[in-house]
Amino acid sequence: MSDSREPGFSTLAVHAGAQPDPSTGARATPIYQTTSFVFDDVEHAASLFGLQAFGNIYTRIGNPTCAVLEERIAALEGGTAALAVASGHAAEHLIFHTLLSPGDEFIAARQLYGGSVNQFGEAYKKFDWNVVWADIDDISSFENAVSDRTKAIFVESLANPGGGVTDMEAIAAIAKKAGVPLIVDNTMATPYLCKPFEHGADIVVHSATKFIGGQGNSIGGVIVDGGTFDWSEPGKYPSLSEPCASYQGMVLYETFGNFAFAIACRVLGLRDLGPALSPFNAFLLLNGVETMPLRMQRHSDNAQEVAEYLAGHDKVDWVSYAGLKGDKYNALAQKYCPKGAGAVFTFGLKGGFDAGVALVSNVEMFSHLANIGDTRSLIIHPASTTHRQLTDEQKVSAGAGPEVVRLSVGIEDAADIIADLEQALAKL
Amino acid sequence: MDHDTYDDAYIRGILDEVRSIAMVGASAKTIRPSYFVLKYLIDKGYSLFPINPGLAGGDILGQRVHGSLADVPEPIDMIDIFRNSEAAGAVVDEALDLDPSPKVIWMQLSVRNDDAAARAEAAGMRVVMDRCPKIEYGRLSGEIGWVGVNSRTLSAKRPKLAARGVQHRVITGDK
Repeated sequence: MSDSREPGFSTLAVHAGAQPDPSTGARATPIYQTTSFVFDDVEHAASLFGLQAFGNIYTRIGNPTCAVLEERIAALEGGTAALAVASGHAAEHLIFHTLLSPGDEFIAARQLYGGSVNQFGEAYKKFDWNVVWADIDDISSFENAVSDRTKAIFVESLANPGGGVTDMEAIAAIAKKAGVPLIVDNTMATPYLCKPFEHGADIVVHSATKFIGGQGNSIGGVIVDGGTFDWSEPGKYPSLSEPCASYQGMVLYETFGNFAFAIACRVLGLRDLGPALSPFNAFLLLNGVETMPLRMQRHSDNAQEVAEYLAGHDKVDWVSYAGLKGDKYNALAQKYCPKGAGAVFTFGLKGGFDAGVALVSNVEMFSHLANIGDTRSLIIHPASTTHRQLTDEQKVSAGAGPEVVRLSVGIEDAADIIADLEQALAKL
Repeated sequence: MDHDTYDDAYIRGILDEVRSIAMVGASAKTIRPSYFVLKYLIDKGYSLFPINPGLAGGDILGQRVHGSLADVPEPIDMIDIFRNSEAAGAVVDEALDLDPSPKVIWMQLSVRNDDAAARAEAAGMRVVMDRCPKIEYGRLSGEIGWVGVNSRTLSAKRPKLAARGVQHRVITGDK
């Protein structure tokens, strides 16, 4: 490409990070299905282990197929670097392992994927990493939650399952004032609909399982470093600011500058905790990401039509889709994701819990399963599945009350998606 | 040139053309960035002259350390400055006194001295500031993508491999 032109998003989705294979000329990214990579000699090995040279050692730490996915997502998000790992949960875990020490706190939106609510609220207790919940509908709750132990703020750009839109710029201002990084889970929006780094995020995290792969065949996660946060404050983020015993006393932020966070997640978190992405999954996710811009527009256009249809149905009590005029998040959606409000939203059935259970049985083309971001239309009743571990109060505050049904609208013909809902609702 | 951004062609041209590099502020400590960069550039085939008054007479990675630029016995194509922004000014003035004149002044990440840059450019030198030659070489060769870094380059051409070893890419050919 000529230097004076910045490639567009769809071009990056196809090309970023992937040149033809230098040895064979293979144009598609090869699956480097190998655990290990040979060294030239002892000195070359020492340079690689000492982080003095760029290169591959062992697939738990890095792999050329995974690396193409990493650079692709970093480019699409506008970040400095990325790390691909085994799942979205693994990505979140490596982020917090890099940022937190026992006794530390982080603030997280209540409006999160139920799996993240469990991870933060339950699993992290064993590490003495303490989540403090806040509410995206009350920005002051984030400010009020800041303490001298706060090390990060975590939100979803589009919240799962409720489809709420987070006012990232307002929360970024609070994070900046507190001197902590803002982490945005951009799984539901993808960088096609929303780019959190343009709104003050410092770190972006993805479940690549969803719209990045987009075809429901591979689990994966990605951490993206925005390169914006200053890690130099002594003692605050020791993984980055203090001499690293397992790298002869190297200080990572000083050595790797604006991509130090991604490197720290790789050379400490991934190396020591181990949730590596398989090269085969990276290959499938890469195949998916090439068409992400096309899919996300179709997903959003279909979801808009389906939401409008449901909003006019007499068995539907309410529809929560930020793309609907009059939705409480509509103004934020127009600001943060003007091309569309995504594929996933919830609606409430007048018939309550029993109607929710019946509807997921009545549908014929919709698949009843616990995922989002497939080409296929998906349906779930969160209160009886993904969110059943939560207390009733947590369910409601996460947007997963008893009457709530979640859709992940696929890329089929909108008329067929609506026809399936029509016949299923008719049987209630 | 505003020195906020550089075309890839400008950086690639410099890294392709220069052969000998004096590194002011080179460290013998194996975990310091100035040691890393020295090692990487030697590995890419450049001739490196470490400059460090405190280590003059010793050697780093087999290269004799000199106390000042004037002590280097051979012509230097590029000066790579691992000093703070203010100190970089005096280094540039030393470079301006060299004969033959270096072609390039390069200041490392976070090092920027616009007055000194203007003096060097007035003398016909090319200047790069607030960049790292290791990162730029890794970016333009594609090596840096192996650690997930966004190279901000796109190409449908096959990357060039170095003539020796594995996992070594080059910009235009071995030095």
